[in-house]
This record gives sequence, C-alpha cells and structure tokens, in this order.
Amino acid sequence: MQTIVAYVENKPGVLNRVSSLARRLAINIDSLTVGPTENEEIARMTVVAHTDEKGAHRLEASLEKLVDVLLAENISERSILERDLALIKVLADQKNRPHLMELVNVFRARVVDVAPESLILEVSGTVDKIDGLLEVLRPFGVLEMARTGRIAMTRGGDLLRPPSAPAVEPTLQPVGSDKK
Amino acid sequence: MKLTGAEILCESLTRLGVKHIFGYPGGAILPVYDALGKSKLHHILVRHEQGATHMADGYARASGGVGVAMATSGPGATNMVTGIATAMLDSSPIVCITGQVSSKVIGSDAFQEVDITGITMPITKHNVIVTRAEDIARTVREAFVIAQSGRPGPVLVDITKDAQQATAEFNWEASEPKLPIKRAKVTYNKAEFDRAVELLNSAKRPVILAGHGILVSAASKAFAEFVRTGNYPVAMTLLGIGCFPANDPLNLGMMGMHGEAWVNNAIQEADLLIAVGMRFDDRVTGSLQTYARNARKIHIEIDRAEINKNVAVDAALVGDAREVLEALLPHVQTGGHGDWIAHINELKGGSAVRDIQSLPDNGHLYAAHVINDIWKETKGEAIVVTDVGQHQMWEAQYYHHNRPRSLVTSGGLGTMGFALPAAIGAKFSQPDAEVWVLVGDGGFQMTMCELATIVQEKINIKIAIINNGFLGMVRQWQEFFYDKRYVATPLVAPDFAALANAFGIRGERITTRSDVIPTIRSARESKETVLLDFRVEQEDSVYPMVAAGASLSDMIRRPDNPLVETATEP
Repeated sequence: MQTIVAYVENKPGVLNRVSSLARRLAINIDSLTVGPTENEEIARMTVVAHTDEKGAHRLEASLEKLVDVLLAENISERSILERDLALIKVLADQKNRPHLMELVNVFRARVVDVAPESLILEVSGTVDKIDGLLEVLRPFGVLEMARTGRIAMTRGGDLLRPPSAPAVEPTLQPVGSDKK
Repeated sequence: MKLTGAEILCESLTRLGVKHIFGYPGGAILPVYDALGKSKLHHILVRHEQGATHMADGYARASGGVGVAMATSGPGATNMVTGIATAMLDSSPIVCITGQVSSKVIGSDAFQEVDITGITMPITKHNVIVTRAEDIARTVREAFVIAQSGRPGPVLVDITKDAQQATAEFNWEASEPKLPIKRAKVTYNKAEFDRAVELLNSAKRPVILAGHGILVSAASKAFAEFVRTGNYPVAMTLLGIGCFPANDPLNLGMMGMHGEAWVNNAIQEADLLIAVGMRFDDRVTGSLQTYARNARKIHIEIDRAEINKNVAVDAALVGDAREVLEALLPHVQTGGHGDWIAHINELKGGSAVRDIQSLPDNGHLYAAHVINDIWKETKGEAIVVTDVGQHQMWEAQYYHHNRPRSLVTSGGLGTMGFALPAAIGAKFSQPDAEVWVLVGDGGFQMTMCELATIVQEKINIKIAIINNGFLGMVRQWQEFFYDKRYVATPLVAPDFAALANAFGIRGERITTRSDVIPTIRSARESKETVLLDFRVEQEDSVYPMVAAGASLSDMIRRPDNPLVETATEP
C-alpha cells in the first residue's frame, strides 16, 4: 500500500482526472480523500493505492503531469501520521450495551447516536485500529458503516505545502476610501 | 472591443501565429466558421475529421510548431479521437477545437452532443470545455502553452455554441494564460549528475539510444557535439531518426524489433547505454529480462514518469535534452572506444551480404528497392511521411535521413491511415519541401478520401503506394507465428492509378524494377501531386525481426533464399 499526497486545483473534473489516471495505469485505489485547504482555490488529496514503490512513482509522477495537479508526492517511506474516521452503527440491546461501552472506551471511540436498538460509534485512528474495533464489534451485529478513507500528513518539520505564487499583497483599502 | 466568442477565437488564433486550420464544419461550430470566413486564417477542408487531426500532427512534426484541427460536436469530435491518441503517444503538439452544443442543453443528449472532454481525457495532455465567450482567448492561449511546453502533446478545447455566439470584451493583454502554479521543475541533484559523468567516462562499450526528445528540444547540434566529443556509437529509435545524420559513421541505424542486427547486438554487448529523449518502448527493448544485461544505464528524459518505468537506470537526468547535454558536454572525456567501434563494424559483417540491395535483379520488385531508389533520387532531402507496417520499417532501414524532422511517422500508436493526411499537413508547414508519402495498400485505403483535399488545395506531394496485396506486416506475423494461415490479410484494392485519375491526380502503376527510377524522376518533375502504385513482391518480409517479447539477441534473419517464387494472388 502506497500513500500519495497531492495538491490540486479546486475545480470540477479534477477528481475525475486523478481517478481516471489511476485507472489508465491499472493501479487500484484503496482510498481517495479530497478536502479543501486554507487556500480555497486549492484542494488536498490523499491517495492510497494498491501498488508497489515503482507503481507509486509512476502514479505520483504522472499525476504531477496533469495540468490541474500542482504537486504530488509519495510519502509512504517518510515518517507520517495517517488517520481514517468511521461511523459504525451497531446493534445494541439492553443486555449487551454495557459490554459495548467497554469496547468503546478501550478503542477511544465515541457514542454519537443512541437509539433503542442501536448505537452509532465514531472512531478515528489508523486503519488497523478501526479494523480492530470492527473485528470485535462484528459479533454484536454491525448494521451499517461509513469510512472516510485515509488522510495523511508528514510529521514534524517535514512540510508538504502547495507551491506558492509570487506573493501578491492583498490591497487593503481603508473603508469608504475607494470611491471618492 | 466587443467581439463574439467565435471572432475572439479567430482573432486569438491569428495572434498566436496560426496560419492554417484543418477542419470540417457542422452545426455546433458554425459561428466559428462564419468568423473564419472573415479572418485571414487559411482553412483546409478535410474529408474526414481524423484526417484533420493527422494533418495538424504532420504540420507540427514537420515544423516543430503547433498544428490546429477543428471539428463540430458529436461525430465530428469523436472522429478526431484516433488522431488525438496518435499525437498523444508521439508527444506531438496539436490543438483541437471542437464545437459543443449550447451550455443550456449540455447533458440532455441533444442532437450531436457527446462528452468529448470525457472521451479524450486519457488521450490528451489536457482538455477543457469553455462555456463563456470571455474565457475563450485565455483558454486558447493556455492550450498553446500546454501543447508545446515540457513533453508536448495534444490539447482539446471544446467550445459551446452559446459561447461562440455571445459577445464579450476582447482584450488580448488581459487574457494572459493563468495556468496553475506548479512546483519548480524537478531536475536532478549534483550526486546524480556526477554519477552520470562517472559512468560516461568509465564506459568501455557505450551506446547512445537517441530518441524523439532530441528533435523536440531542438538539441541536434548539442547532441552531435556530445556524440563526437565522446566518440559514442548512436542507435536510433524510429522517432529519433533524423536527429543525427545517417551519413555520420557513428550513426549505427535503427534499434529494436526491426533494427539492424549489428545495432541490437551492440546494445546487448554494451556496458553503458545513454538513453536520450526516449522511453524504452517494448518495440525497442524486446524482453526486458534479457535487455542489455551488462550495461549500466543513464536516462536523459524530460518526463519524470518515464524514469524506471520499463528499464531501471543507474543515473536519471530529468530535464530538457539540450540543457542536460550541454551541461554534460564539458565533463565528457574526448575520444576513446576505438576498439569497441571496430568491433561493431565487424558485427555488421555478414549483414551487408544478406541485404536485399545486394540481391541480383531476378525480375521481382522489392519494396526495399523502391524505397532505396526514392532515397537516392531525392538525395535523402525529402520529408518522408510514412504509414504503419512493413513499408514503414523498410523506410527506416533504406531511406537515410540526415536532417531533423524529415521523417514523419506514427510510432507509439502505430496508426494506419496516418500517412496521407499527415503529409498534407507537413506540406502546409514546409511548402518548399519535397514531401513524399510512403504508404501500404491497406493504410492508404483507410484515409484515401483526402486525395480530394489535395486537389481542392492544389498542393504538390508525391504518393508512393507500396502495394503488395496484403496487410503485409500482419501477414508477416501470420507467416512466422501462425504457420502461414493468412486470415483476413489478403486485400483487394482498387486500381490506384485509375482512382487517382478519378480525383484528377496523375497516377501510374509500376511493376518492374527498371521502371522505378524513371517514374520517380518524372513524378518529381511534375508540379502537381502524382500517385505511384508500386506493385511489389507480395510475400516479402521485414528482416531482421525480434518477435514481440523475445530477446533483442534473438533475431529472425533474412533467409539465404529469400523469397517464395510462387506468390499467392490476393
């Protein structure tokens, strides 16, 4: 599994270009997340792909050839933090509810919805952790699950920032001074 | 100044230096055609939109500039797909402009609506749909920048009919390209560079693999200096042909599936491969497991995605071929490799004897003879545009190119039907050049409708059909690998000379060797297009041949008794 972070133009069709490229290279995407960045014109993607280092290089370098992709980097070999978030709706009757709550505590999950017959748990963490929780929840009866897919960030001073334009100073005008 | 979107498009193309547009009108592009009529742009009416894209491609390849093709929405746009893919695979800068239904009805399956940006996404360098007149100038300028920069490629601009009709303020200065800011070009660090220099100067048996990238970056001069300084033997890829003179003793010729035996053997024996602007295509390497196992590899390539794709390299210098070669040049030790070059010349040994040129005239007309005679008669100075198949490989073997951009051929996609339209495009970009089309009887029948374009535009090119009554290369594979079961390869064709006459073009049929040179001469003297139908040996094959996926060392050689005397009639 290889993790690639990309900064892309935040506009329609870019996600399609990225996923279409992976398909063209016959690389299976395990998860792909997109979210806005502090710059509204730029979005950040985390692509987790079923491929080896060579495939990841090809994907990363090919991604960066797309006009709308500003930067793409394979961070699999670097020290990174990865997070996945899941909402899990699980059967919970009066009898097994206490047992469930114990597991919730152990996995540092949270109960975010309570219904007579079920609970919704929210858990974030590494994929392994969420898979682990799922494993122990299964005997209770998992009714529904939604996962975000991974987001990743390099640790510490290893920064991965979008390439920036030559700084354009915002021209702030005193209120009411522009129309004399 | 207020203009319609269509007028903005024509004005923008004019300001970008466009002179010729190859296209075909239709409903969704009509406003643009109305504006074209009022502009100084020369529109060439093609007979099929695929032809328009190949013409734009040939125009770009022969000149190094950008070719422009135009079509309407729906079928007009989908007919361009093959030409766009051809340009993509060979990194050819073309801009395709398509009309699109009005933005208000997009997605409603309107008449002649097709999602052409969706369809062409994987086969364009970039594509974009424009729905507002005010975005047209900037988008077209961006398309030209994208098509030409870095590793070139096709860009498609899809313009809705309402955007063509709407009016907007036209301000050229204010419509500067605003492309996303990418990070600075990834190149190479000093350690990588030093490693390359070390490899260069310690090699005993180096071979350069010269590719299309040398032509694209106009690096021929720097390359020649690099080659002669280091005294490196040079093997060419098909698309690299012309980047280094064929008459230079260091030029070995073409490598790969139909490369000359000594070239492939030299590669297999080399201790260093210096790949410049090429991508280790499977037609070049054969089996990767057995490819140049004793050689270290240096890869000079502008596209980072090509590094280590097929062949793992020891030093990768990512960058423009010319810049990298110029940076390397001062570090290259001069001379050397005399023994190695002498050894390669020994490898040539028997090949000259096997060469079909050395065979006595036994009454058969061989394609190789025809092509070699065209080379001799044109003194190697023509622009030759080939189709795909046997004649294409014979061209690479028997027409010796000394000038950059004098061979135009579809390499990566191997598109049959490419030659005739691409030659028309080449002629428009190089009107003073002598342009020859080399095409098989199969490929010619795919796009021969463009003969009418030639007549309508009154251009002068020479068409040589290498007519063997077969889809020759496929037949050759059937002969070698399918026990001569010629399924769907015998091919009926019209009388091409009579067909040419029907179009108003002089046509001639040549069946004997003694007629070849006189006919070529008389065709060259004509100020008009002439079509020559060379009826060549039906079951000749291209040698040597490395079977697909076989080792480069494992070549099928021309048999001593080369040809079946009783060729089957198609």
